[in-house]
Amino acid sequence: MAAIAPPRENEQPAPAPKGLGTGPRPPGIFTDQLFRWIALASGLLVLAILALIAYTTTKNAWPWFREEGFGIFADNWDPAKGQYGAGAMIYGTFLVGIIALLVSVPISLGIALFVTEIAPRPFRKPIVYVVDLLAAIPSVVYGLWALAVLTGPLADIYSSISSATSGIPIIGDLTSDPSPTGLSFMTAGLIVAIMITPIITSLTREVFATTPQPLKEAAYGMGATRWEMIRGSVFPHSRGGVVSAVIIGLGRAIGETIAVALLIGSSQHISAHIFGPGDTLASIIANQFGEAVGIQRAALIGMGVVLLVLTVGVGILARGFVNRYDRKSGAVV
Amino acid sequence: MPPPGGPQLTTPRPRSRRRKVSNVVATGVIALTFLIALVPLVFLVIYVVQQGSKVISWSFLTDDLPFVDRLPGGGMGPAVVGTLLITGAAAVMAIPLGVLGGIYLNEYGGTRPLARLIRFLAEVMTGVPSIVMGLFIYTLVVLNTKEKTGFAGALALACLMLPIVIRTTDQMLSLVPGELREGSYALGSRRVRTIRTVVLPNAAAGIVSGALIAVARAAGETAPLLFTIGIVRETNTSLFHGQNTALSVQIFSNATSPFVPAQDRAWGAALTLIVIVFLFTIMARLVTAFFARRQAA
Repeated sequence: MAAIAPPRENEQPAPAPKGLGTGPRPPGIFTDQLFRWIALASGLLVLAILALIAYTTTKNAWPWFREEGFGIFADNWDPAKGQYGAGAMIYGTFLVGIIALLVSVPISLGIALFVTEIAPRPFRKPIVYVVDLLAAIPSVVYGLWALAVLTGPLADIYSSISSATSGIPIIGDLTSDPSPTGLSFMTAGLIVAIMITPIITSLTREVFATTPQPLKEAAYGMGATRWEMIRGSVFPHSRGGVVSAVIIGLGRAIGETIAVALLIGSSQHISAHIFGPGDTLASIIANQFGEAVGIQRAALIGMGVVLLVLTVGVGILARGFVNRYDRKSGAVV
Repeated sequence: MPPPGGPQLTTPRPRSRRRKVSNVVATGVIALTFLIALVPLVFLVIYVVQQGSKVISWSFLTDDLPFVDRLPGGGMGPAVVGTLLITGAAAVMAIPLGVLGGIYLNEYGGTRPLARLIRFLAEVMTGVPSIVMGLFIYTLVVLNTKEKTGFAGALALACLMLPIVIRTTDQMLSLVPGELREGSYALGSRRVRTIRTVVLPNAAAGIVSGALIAVARAAGETAPLLFTIGIVRETNTSLFHGQNTALSVQIFSNATSPFVPAQDRAWGAALTLIVIVFLFTIMARLVTAFFARRQAA
């Protein structure tokens, strides 16, 4: 133990080391507080923008809400007759979303399992990069490509499915009246399915990856095959997270605009024919807003408000499931 | 030793043929899903390269649009300039604000109610459809200035990028170990100095790569620009005066054109756009890889 020398009187304090105290002064408390407020203001920008979005769009759509009341949900869109019900578009939005989910969810879950459980380790990252490239391709390029390459063959497939299933109850109704051009709910739904696959994949991958190792080893220890381990350990652990990923995927699907606008065929009627043309909230805005005036323009802005409410609602719903498990880290999608 | 009369301990049930088969089938189906996802990617990229390379040339990238759509020749110069200008302006607005917002969330807010609210709203804002952002800027800016400009389009794209940058920054900062901050505080640094000299350099790779991904997404967007930037046939390098155009908007309007020259230009524009978007995406990966290697060394 070193004894502490008592301070001697008349001793000069050691000179400050060279260089210290000669540079610019370190930021003081004022800079510190200023930066804090600037950062806070940037964070609050999100709140302000969302509030502004809700306010200005609702304000400009007000004539439509006032004029139509609950008529906004009617299935009677016909600007020539002064009828502005958005029922057909709301229906179309959900139909395209459901078709997209039915196609995309099994594929996304498969890819996520492939990456987390099956693929050899060195391949995992490259596979993730490749799937993420699907998200990098712009919506309008998907639309252009599908219009040029897919719609023709799809029209043939639709008509043969339709004639093969005609007369069967329910299925026959769904598949009747196929669109000769191939522009339909189905075509739009298939392309949207490709577009939401990377999102659902990355979210579910993240969930699967949080399955505790002991849970997996316990399954293997009891002699389970890999598939039995996945069903017994990974799936039950991930249920909440998967549901939330699917809901977020639905949110993206219903907001998808440009590819759908090119591929859905623009027909504003509620119809059960999934191989026939339709319209969604987003696609009708893209296709008609340029030429719309007066109440039609208000109605299209109003459909944007409806779309906003739907996507925010879906986001809140997904949040309810996401809290059931602890989210470790993850991609921002 | 098991108590007598208790459950009979046996060796694990031998794997029956049925269980083996279902394991192999499931593994095969899972691997197949990846191949299914590859098909559209590969076919789309090949087709766009095929069609696009027929028309693409230096003059295609720099020439003005033809006077009317049905004329052959002409280029996408105004759209290339517009895309770069508008996306660049959006990045200049959204990235600094987004990084600052992310810094607030992780360095100051933490788990306070206000920070949790902002985090949640940023998540909601990521999900707001891009067409709604377009309508928002149309009603807020275009209706008030009575003019469609590149700047209006840039604002719409910035609104799309902002929450992505905020959330990536927040996540990347949360990965910086607390000990580093404490070390800096122990040396007498205030918060700002700690953030600038210790926290940000450690999270730089993730933040830069996230920002590049956000730029790539924004460059490919069509819907926010449809009603905000208008249309021009000659290059307009001004953000604030006069209408503008972009590659994505040109593809959208030419895609449904009955005229073959217009369709050709759409493919050329599609190839150009994909190259731009992929460049940014690859750059993001390179940044991550470069920093990871430097950190390992």
